[in-house]
Parts: sequence; structure tokens; C-alpha cells
Amino acid sequence: MAPSIPRSCDVAVIGAGPAGLAAAAELKARGVASVIVLDREAGPGGIPRHCDHYPFGLREFRRLLKGPAYAARLVGRAEAAGVDIRAGVTVTALRPGPVLEVSTADGLVEIAARAVLLATGVRETSRAARLIGGTKPGGVMPTGALQGLVHLDAIKPFDKPVVLGTELVSFSALLTCRHAGIRPVAMIEPGPRATARWPASLLPRLMGIPLLTGTEVAAIEGDGWVEAVTIREPGGTTRRIPTDGVVVTGRFVPEASLLRTSHLELDAGTGGPSIDQFGRCSDPAYFAAGNLLRPVETAGWSWNEGRLVGRAMADALAGRLPSSGGGVRVVVAGKPLKYVLPQRIVANGAPGSHACFQLRVSEAAAGRLALRLDGAELWGRRLSSLPERRITVPLDVLGAWSTGLAEFVVGKRSA
Amino acid sequence: MHEVDITQPDLFDVAIVGGGVIGCALARRFTLDGATVVLLEKAPDILDGASKGNSGILHTGFDAPPGSLEAACIAEGYREYLEIRERLNLPVIRCGALVIAWTDEETAALPGLVDQAIRNGVADVEPLTAAETRRLEPGLGAGLRASFRVPREYLIDPWAAPHAYLLQAIVNGAWLRRGCEVTGGDFDGTAWRLATTLGSIRARVVVNAAGLYGDILDERLIGRRDFTIRPRKGQFVVYDKPAASLASHILLPVPGKTTKGIVVCRTAYGNLLVGPTAEDQEDRREAALEPETLRALSRRGEEILPALAGHDVTAIYAGLRPATEFKDYQIRLHADRNYVTVGGIRSTGLSSALGTARHVHGLCAAFGFSATPLAEPAWPMVGMMCETEQRDWQRPGNGGIVCHCERVTRREVEEAITGPLAAGSLAGVKRRTRVTMGRCQGFYCTADLAAMTRDRLVVPMAGGGHGA
Ligand SMILES: Cc1cc2nc3c(=O)[nH]c(=O)nc-3n(C[C@H](O)[C@H](O)[C@H](O)COP(=O)(O)OP(=O)(O)OC[C@H]3O[C@@H](n4cnc5c(N)ncnc54)[C@H](O)[C@@H]3O)c2cc1C
Ligand SMILES: Cc1cc2nc3c(=O)[nH]c(=O)nc-3n(C[C@H](O)[C@H](O)[C@H](O)COP(=O)(O)OP(=O)(O)OC[C@H]3O[C@@H](n4cnc5c(N)ncnc54)[C@H](O)[C@@H]3O)c2cc1C
Repeated sequence: MAPSIPRSCDVAVIGAGPAGLAAAAELKARGVASVIVLDREAGPGGIPRHCDHYPFGLREFRRLLKGPAYAARLVGRAEAAGVDIRAGVTVTALRPGPVLEVSTADGLVEIAARAVLLATGVRETSRAARLIGGTKPGGVMPTGALQGLVHLDAIKPFDKPVVLGTELVSFSALLTCRHAGIRPVAMIEPGPRATARWPASLLPRLMGIPLLTGTEVAAIEGDGWVEAVTIREPGGTTRRIPTDGVVVTGRFVPEASLLRTSHLELDAGTGGPSIDQFGRCSDPAYFAAGNLLRPVETAGWSWNEGRLVGRAMADALAGRLPSSGGGVRVVVAGKPLKYVLPQRIVANGAPGSHACFQLRVSEAAAGRLALRLDGAELWGRRLSSLPERRITVPLDVLGAWSTGLAEFVVGKRSA
Repeated sequence: MHEVDITQPDLFDVAIVGGGVIGCALARRFTLDGATVVLLEKAPDILDGASKGNSGILHTGFDAPPGSLEAACIAEGYREYLEIRERLNLPVIRCGALVIAWTDEETAALPGLVDQAIRNGVADVEPLTAAETRRLEPGLGAGLRASFRVPREYLIDPWAAPHAYLLQAIVNGAWLRRGCEVTGGDFDGTAWRLATTLGSIRARVVVNAAGLYGDILDERLIGRRDFTIRPRKGQFVVYDKPAASLASHILLPVPGKTTKGIVVCRTAYGNLLVGPTAEDQEDRREAALEPETLRALSRRGEEILPALAGHDVTAIYAGLRPATEFKDYQIRLHADRNYVTVGGIRSTGLSSALGTARHVHGLCAAFGFSATPLAEPAWPMVGMMCETEQRDWQRPGNGGIVCHCERVTRREVEEAITGPLAAGSLAGVKRRTRVTMGRCQGFYCTADLAAMTRDRLVVPMAGGGHGA
């Protein structure tokens, strides 16, 4: 049995995914004495642990790896650096201090730290949150559940499901189906086109699965188990597709439930914590990195963020970070822009963990992306983007400004 | 588990047909009063009918029709729940309710409702001005006119309560047969022989607690229908736990003619619920969810509590009320045939169950059977899922959390699939523990749960016969 969890440490990291593990290893490399990573799952590794497919690891290990092998390498690297990793423990509350309330098999404990990193990742939007009608039979599940059943338990939950969504994760679900000998009967996307880029979007055709765009699921049918879905096609006509499963994929939202009940400030756009360019939250003893910051990025991107925020945390512990007060508040004007982060830039000019603003649109957008400070335009460029595609703008475009309200807007192309 | 045939008595004192909250409370009452009882439920697990989805409110009965049987049963059920709940480890959230008027017409109706409450023996209601109401619930939306407070309207756990009633019956000797549909029967002048899908079962007295099928069962057993079930659907939208802090009271509207209207309240599990609708339908089985209705519920919720906008929805569900053409409960004694119908327990059965059971037990005195109440009945404790009480994840030896969203521990799941009232299906495990019912809907815990329950559920979770 592992020795009991230390009740105090220099840094406590919540979440042993790519971001958390990268940060922890970086902190140790920078001489921080005690770094502990807490994860509620049975083993460390985060989402990649469940993703028995490529591509992972190109940025971090310069090798093309499957998720579990990639997760194992991240864990190995962190352990070799001297990180104390604890799985099967759940952080249940964040308090000023910082102090974490943690549920373990032996009951509740408190852990005091000098700094905390939040790296709790994202979750998929459920059938309930999408308000999909019909009955509530078995066989309706998110990608994570499907992958857990297939890869961790070797269970084949259905033979001919429909897959809702066309994000990268939806194609991950298709790969899992192929691996398990499951033949999806349709892939269903409410938008006008597949969300994920080529070549992932070729996959349904390669697997002979009809991709139905502009189509909504009106209702799920079945008593004990799914029997059919009713879809509404582009013209408004409805059609019944017999099926024995529904995989509800994507539409990720940050796993921020801990934040919502804490003293930390939440950003309505990303659904994650509001941070500055060092990854600091509204309480500067708390930092955040990885997909918790926003839905949703690749493992490599999250890993890199973790590494850079880990570096900033080591600086913070050594008293080398600028004060977190004041600064420029950064927002998006509204549609078609969905979010921007970091949401605050302090002591402008100091190199941060984030060299770029990250933005996303909520609908297909073409026009001119501009940054205004207190109403006056500082910068602009052409923009053409689709939902769930990464948009980055260097922090430098903010110039030397150190207070005020900066707003990203999308205007007409010629403005 | 008393589901094997070996030593089943040849003749029971009482057979209760239906494992809803009413059947469970009846099984408890008759068992504690010394009868040998069998409860017959056609579904693989109990709570498969009307009792599957309700609002979880322990009503005082302030708005029941004064003098009705319903009002009497609610008052008695309410009293007994509070009396016994600690011994069964059942929670209560003493939050009180506000009945809120949003229009002139509703404001005009308030004094009448206050008067009705007083006539129902709920004398501690307090009329409040808009300002006073807002002081109690600062999150309420614009347009609020006035309200009155019903301090003793409470929240309880709608699944733990019936489980506890039935578990207490079973540990004190009652029998449970699941997957056992009563298809017919004969009364020979002294006892019944019921035909079921699990063979024939003999009992001196039969109690029809078949909820949404009450009229059909009457037809099958006594060849007549004194009422017709008219299922009335109620849809709900449930918000994630952070929304629960937005309201402390149960927020009730001024009731309409046929329903209590759209309620906003917390749940025992720490969520916030908006619903139910009241929609008549023919189907007794399926309570279909309709996206437009759910969206309308969300909008209504956001009018009542504007800060609800932006909170995550974690669950949607619908329940069916066993309504009839009558307003009051349809409890009928057929003394010549040792038969009682306990039907039409429409929208207050969770609150009234214990009282209804006492009332029915009293009626059965007419059959002239005298049993001796158990001197020292056992009081089993059910698992505590209520967020305002200490939960298992906060205690040592819990085995770790399996379902992160609802913080369900390995020990809790293990307990749900063992013991005399072990779950027979995943739905049953969910109702006992709330596993997979949270915001991620099983993203993380499904695989773990499948491994834990493999070969231990009557209805397998996945991959066992469903793949075809
Ligand atoms: C199905 C799927 C397929 C994917 N495929 C690819 C791919 O092929 N290539 C690629 O590059 N990316 C892929 N991704 C994306 C990649 O998995 C993520 O970008 C990456 O995992 C994000 O890392 P993270 O550290 O931010 O969070 P995560 O990996 O999500 O890790 C977060 C961790 O935090 C833990 N946690 C959360 N809350 C608590 C708490 N309260 N207490 C304790 N622990 C907690 C969780 O258990 C989890 O382990 C895929 C994602 C999914 C869902
Ligand atoms: C939307 C909604 C909200 C509500 N809110 C509240 C509330 O807040 N507070 C409150 O007090 N009440 C509330 N109620 C009311 C309460 O839920 C019902 O009054 C109660 O569940 C009725 O229980 P029952 O046991 O009579 O019926 P049921 O739960 O329907 O039980 C009958 C059982 O009999 C079984 N059965 C049927 N036929 C046979 C047969 N032939 N053989 C064997 N078994 C059979 C069925 O499978 C079923 O399990 C609400 C109801 C709804 C629908």
C-alpha cells in the first residue's frame, strides 16, 4: 500500500493528464522540492489513457504513439523527475490558502500547498444537456464510456450505433468502433459540414458510414435499450433509423465544476477559469493549464501549456513573477467570436507562459479580426474560420498598454 | 434474497401487487403489523412506474382538497416519515416553500390558498409582501407580486424512501418477487390464487397497488373498473449542483385547476430542478421527452431565477402520474373478496405513502384477520445520497469514488448490488446510488461500473444480449 498522502507540499497538481504531468515534471526540473499530482481515475495519464489509437506524442516525444503508450511515457517521465503521483483520489473543494479538500478511500483529507495547478481537462456535453428528446433507454453513451467499455473492459456494448457529432473525438469513436468490430450505421452532424478537418473527415467514407450533415436527432426510441433514432433532415422531413446504440460525442466543456463552487473567477466564454498570461487564476496561488482552459485542444498543445505554466509556477514560488493585480482585461465582442484567453494581461512585456491569445468562433466566420483597446483599434487581420478551429494572435499586438479593456471584434472585411 | 422458491410459504396473509412507493409502504405496514407479506412487481426492479420520476417534495398537504382522503393520508404520511426517517437513515431538507404570485390574478388567489392551508391543518403559513419574499430569495426574477411561505414543505430522497420501506419489510420477513406480473386470479371464499409470470401465488388478501395499471389489474382480478387511469406526464429539467445555491426554498406557483404547476427547487442530491409539466397521454409506459417542452421549462426556470441562465443542465427526465377521472385517491375495499384497490395516487404518493398504508391496513380489519405487531422489528439503514448529510465519500473505507460527478463510492455500488434488496438492473443501481446520473453521464465511470457489476445484475449493463 502506498504511504498516505502528504498533508502539505510545494505544489499540488489536480489532474494527471498531459498538462498536469508536464507541469509537474517541469516543476521538479526547476528545483521545486515537493510536487504531488492527484487524479481521481484508477491510474494516471488523463484522457489519452483511454484512447487506444494514434496520433499522440509527436510534439513531446517526436514519435507517433497510441494514447496508452503516450500516457505511460508521460507518467514515466514525471516519476523519473521525482513527482509524487496519486491516482484514485478526488479533489472535492478548492479553498483559499491554497488548501484542497481531497476524498480518498480512507476518507477526507486536506492538503495545503504553496501553489496549486488546476489541470482537470474537459468533458463531453451529454445527451441531457443537449435536450435530445425521446425515451431514456440504455445504449446511449459518451465517447469516454464507449472507449472505457471497449478498451478497458473488452465489452462490445452494441453492434450498429449512430454517432452524433463530427469533431476529432467523433472520429476517435469511429476508430474505437472499428477496433471492436462495431459498425456504425450513420454519423450525424447538425452543422453544414464535418467539424473536424480532413483527413479525419474522410474516415466515414473509408468505413462506408453515411455522414448526414444538417441533420438533428429529434428523438431516441426504446424501452430498456435503444431501438431507433428519429432524425430531422435538412428539408425538415423526419426519418427513423433503427439502431442499437447512440454515441454522443464532443461539444466539450471544461471540467470546471470544482471552480464553480470555489472562490475562483470563471470565464463565461471558455467555461474555464479566467487567467493571466502566466496561467494564474483570480487567486494568484492557483494556476491552470490544459483543456480546462478551453474546449478543446490536442494532447501536445495541452502538454506544452502545462510545461510553460509549470515554469511560471516555479518562478512564482521563487518570487520572480510580476504582481497579479491590475492589467488589461481581454474580452470578445460577441458572435461570431466565442472566447479568448488569457483573459488578463498583467505587467505587459514580461514573457509569459502564453505567447498567444487563443480564440475560437462559434459559427463559420469570414471578415476582419481586430483588437481594440478602450474602443481604439490596435491591430487587425483577415479572418476566415470555422467552429473548433484554433485561432492564435501574438500577445505582442497589445503593444505596451498595461491597463484598460481590450476587445476582439470581427468586422466586415474592408473595415 | 427471498427470490428463490425453496421455502416460500404456501399461503401468504397479504399479496401486494406493485412495487411503487405505495406498494413498498404497504409491504412495510403489513409486515410490521405481523402479517406474512409478498410484494409482486412485474419489472426487473421496483420503482419502475409512477414512482420512477417525481419532484421529491414531502408535502404538508396545504393545498389538498380539505376533507379529502388524500389530505388525510398526506398528513399522516408526513408525520410518520419524520418520525421514522432517522432510524432508516432517510434525509429531510427543511427548506420550506414559497407559493409565489406573478400576476394580479394569482395575487388575488393567495388569500384563498392561505385559508385552504389553514383548513388543512397547516396553520403556520405566512403571507409575505414582494419585498419580504425577495429578502428570503434574492435571486427571484422581476414581476414578483407577493407570496406566502409554507415553512414545513420539505425535500426528501424520492428513491431512498421507498427502498427503505421495502427493505424494512424484507428484513422483517416479507418476500419480494421481481419480474413477476400478476396476470389473473381467483378468490375461493377464503384465499386468492394469483396467476403470475412466475407461477401461482396464494394469499388471503390481495392489495392492488399497481399504479399506472391499477384499473387493468382490477379488471383482471375482480372483473370491473371503478376508475380509468389517465396517465399525466410531467417533464423535468435538472441543473448541475452549482445551481442549487440559487434558491433555498421550494418555489411553487399558484396552482392551476389540475396541477401544482412548474416548481423550481433543489433536490436531495444537491441539484436544482425545474418542472413538472402536466400533459395527458394514453401511453402508460413511455414518458417521452420533448425538446421544445424542455426548452420552455428552462426558459420558465430562468424567468423565475434569472441567474439560472448559463448553468449546465445535467439531466432530463419525465414521470407519469396515475391520474384518473376523479380528483381524490381511489381506495376501495371489496370486503366480500378480501381485496383492496389503492389506485389513482396521482401526485402526492411520495408524501402520503406511509399514511396511505396505515389507512389501507385499517380498512383490512374488515377482513377480520388479526395479526400481532412485531415486538421488536429490525430497522435497516439505507445508503445516504443526500448532499446535505454526510456522504460515504467523506468517510474512511469507502473504496474510492467510482462516479466522480455524483461522488458515488465503490462501497456504495457494492452495497447496491448485494443484500436482500440488491439492484437487478443498471437502472436499479442508479436509483440506489445515483451512479452515472451526473454531468458527465458516465464518461468516466461506465467502464468501472461494468466491471463491478459483471455477472451480478439480472439485466446486464451492456454487451450481454443487447448487441443483437
Ligand atoms: C476520445 C478522445 C480522443 C482524443 N484523441 C486525441 C488524439 O488522437 N490526439 C491528441 O493529441 N489528442 C486527442 N484528444 C485530446 C487529448 O486527450 C486532450 O487534449 C488531453 O488529454 C488534454 O490534457 P489535459 O491534461 O488538459 O486533460 P485530461 O487528459 O483530460 O486530464 C485531466 C485529468 O484530471 C482528472 N481530474 C478531473 N477532475 C479531478 C478532480 N476533481 N480530482 C482529481 N482529478 C481530477 C481527470 O481524471 C483526468 O485524468 C482526444 C480526446 C478525447 C476525449
Ligand atoms: C412528475 C411527477 C411529480 C411528482 N412529484 C411528487 C412530489 O413531489 N411529492 C409527492 O409526494 N408525490 C409526487 N408525485 C406523485 C408520486 O410519484 C406518485 O403518487 C407515486 O409514485 C404513485 O406510486 P404508486 O406506487 O401508486 O404507483 P407506481 O409507482 O406506478 O407503482 C406501481 C407498480 O406496479 C407495478 N405493476 C403494475 N401492474 C402490475 C402487475 N400486473 N403485476 C405486477 N406488478 C405490476 C408497476 O410496474 C409499478 O412498479 C409526482 C408524480 C409525478 C409523475
